[in-house]
Amino acid sequence: MSVFYFVAFLSIFFALMTIFTKNPVHSVLYLVITFFTFTVHYILLNAQFLAVVNFIVYMGAIMVLFLFVLMLLNLNKDTEPLKSNLVKFMGVIAGMCLLVTLAASFRLLQISDPVVLKNPDIGLVSNLGKVLFSDFLLPFEISSILLLTAMVGAVLLAKNDPKKV
Amino acid sequence: MVGGNDMQSLSNRKKVFEQKPMGFWERIYLPAIFKGLSITIKHFFKPIPTVRYPEVERPYSKNFRGQHSLKRDEEGRERCTACGLCALSCPAEAITMIAAERQKGEEHLYREEKYAAVYEINMLRCIFCGLCEEACPKEAIYLDGPHVTADYLRKDFIYGKDKLVEPRFDYKEKHEPTA
Amino acid sequence: MELAFVIEKVVLVTLIFVVTLVIAMYSTLAERKVAGFMQDRFGPDRAGPFGILQPLCDGGKFFFKEEIIPAGAHKSLFILGPTIAIITACIGSAVIPWGQSLTIGDRVIELQVTDVNIGVLYMFGVVALGVYGIMLGGWASNNKFSLMGAVRAASQSISYELAMGLALIALLMVTQTLSLKEIVEQQSGFVNWNIWVQPLGFLIFLVCAFAECNRVPFDLPECETELIGGYNLEYSSMKLGLYMFSEYINMFVSSALMATLYFGGYNFPFMYDLGLSQNWITIIGVIVFFAKIFAFIFFFMWIRWTLPRFRYDQLMNLGWKVLIPLAIANIVLTGVITIINDTFF
Repeated sequence: MSVFYFVAFLSIFFALMTIFTKNPVHSVLYLVITFFTFTVHYILLNAQFLAVVNFIVYMGAIMVLFLFVLMLLNLNKDTEPLKSNLVKFMGVIAGMCLLVTLAASFRLLQISDPVVLKNPDIGLVSNLGKVLFSDFLLPFEISSILLLTAMVGAVLLAKNDPKKV
Repeated sequence: MVGGNDMQSLSNRKKVFEQKPMGFWERIYLPAIFKGLSITIKHFFKPIPTVRYPEVERPYSKNFRGQHSLKRDEEGRERCTACGLCALSCPAEAITMIAAERQKGEEHLYREEKYAAVYEINMLRCIFCGLCEEACPKEAIYLDGPHVTADYLRKDFIYGKDKLVEPRFDYKEKHEPTA
Repeated sequence: MELAFVIEKVVLVTLIFVVTLVIAMYSTLAERKVAGFMQDRFGPDRAGPFGILQPLCDGGKFFFKEEIIPAGAHKSLFILGPTIAIITACIGSAVIPWGQSLTIGDRVIELQVTDVNIGVLYMFGVVALGVYGIMLGGWASNNKFSLMGAVRAASQSISYELAMGLALIALLMVTQTLSLKEIVEQQSGFVNWNIWVQPLGFLIFLVCAFAECNRVPFDLPECETELIGGYNLEYSSMKLGLYMFSEYINMFVSSALMATLYFGGYNFPFMYDLGLSQNWITIIGVIVFFAKIFAFIFFFMWIRWTLPRFRYDQLMNLGWKVLIPLAIANIVLTGVITIINDTFF
């Protein structure tokens, strides 16, 4: 349990660091560390597959792409857009709304789900696979179709057919 | 461009290079890779022509010109008389010397009445052309040594008599009691 | 956890670490020797007999050279870059099964640090993480060539990870497990090696392994001719040494992985027919495994001194337009054959 609290503290700490650092590259790196603490959380929950997928996909691919884009953009203090007071005010309101929503949802949520505790091996690959391909087949396939659509859309946007332009 | 492809070929030797589209086997690239790999592995087992220099020396040609040596005569006396013809003939101006007169009692050291007290060759300037050898009337200088070796400082490339005069052979014992 | 178990694991980890480093050290020598022999020369042979002390000389030189951190560099990330590179290179070997179990007295010692049931995915994650070292180092150098090297490394590694993952999926469809130990155990003998059922998958995996290790012909991140050294341009002293070291360790680990996944790991033909005791089988198995690894390392070098470097667009074309479709076709083919096998035989 103490390990959990330690890792949870780390994830919150690095998540805050992600927001509060000025340098965008630092911010991305802190986000990477945050994801790493999530991986540790998954391992603590005995969800090895999820842990390693989080590791590969988020840390290994998506954050690399983030870093890639940031390095190409070369964001400096000069290029930072000016933030007017109006924008800041809107930001505060939006943040407050999010906080209220979160607080409300926490109140409504049930505290814990005892189903998870019955089978501690539920996060292992074979169990997860069986569940995904039997009980949750439809959502699984639909989400894959969603990803396919996104991919086709991205390719279409990037293609930029010279004949039509 | 003037002319371009319509330009008439005058020599009739022009060859039109046609780049054919790659065939299937060329496009999958693997046969070419295997071909390349077979070539490199063939070389892997080939005998290596390298001569490991300091341990093994390639035979030198007879007229190889290496480091200079100042010769001695049959009695072990230096032949050089410091006439300066070698310095004069040197196209790179690598040779300098200071002449001195032979004193009484030095007859066993120097053959002529005048000898070179200092004789220096700058090996960085020397082009090993052998003109000094040809100019010498006393047959005192020959470029018959080994390669001039590398060094760290420029001043170390100025070879004096300590490096140039050939060592005395068995005359040493014969003359030493008198000296 | 009893004490003996802890000692056993610590010894094993230390041993693997030392062996990895020594092999990486001697890979640098082997690389130059292989290059020499393939170009009809001897390679380095001055330091000790056959040049076997050359890696020590190089290492000593790396340690004692001046450490330069450029004035415009981002200091902490500049140091973090090679650190991540070497750490990610070293932790990969944790899940590789080096051999079967040794029995000493009544203790059974497994020659594998840990048998995670997602070993393949773990390796994949470590590989995915490896690119951070290069990216951070290249970016922190504050040099446009380094940055270009870093950017190339990132895009190359992501592109080839996809094909690598797809090639692995086809393999996993055959083996039906993610544990490296079980995958090796399935391939006992000679005819059961996965290379016979997944030749295309192996080819794709091999090409991707070259790309992930940044080896020729895919060494675009450090491309000397265009980027004068790429991501490690501003590095000197042992930091540069760590980058080069991590490249060789990566090569060693990926050779071990390829031997494990496709070439039967520590299995050798007729291993149970010779009437040897279990310990002897294990010892010979370890030797055989290392022989396979060395063969792969040699292959890496052989390719390096044969093929020229790819152009960047060729690299991307190969990754996205050739390897990924091939890998997907391989998955479909494997699935069809598996179903046919299951229903008719």
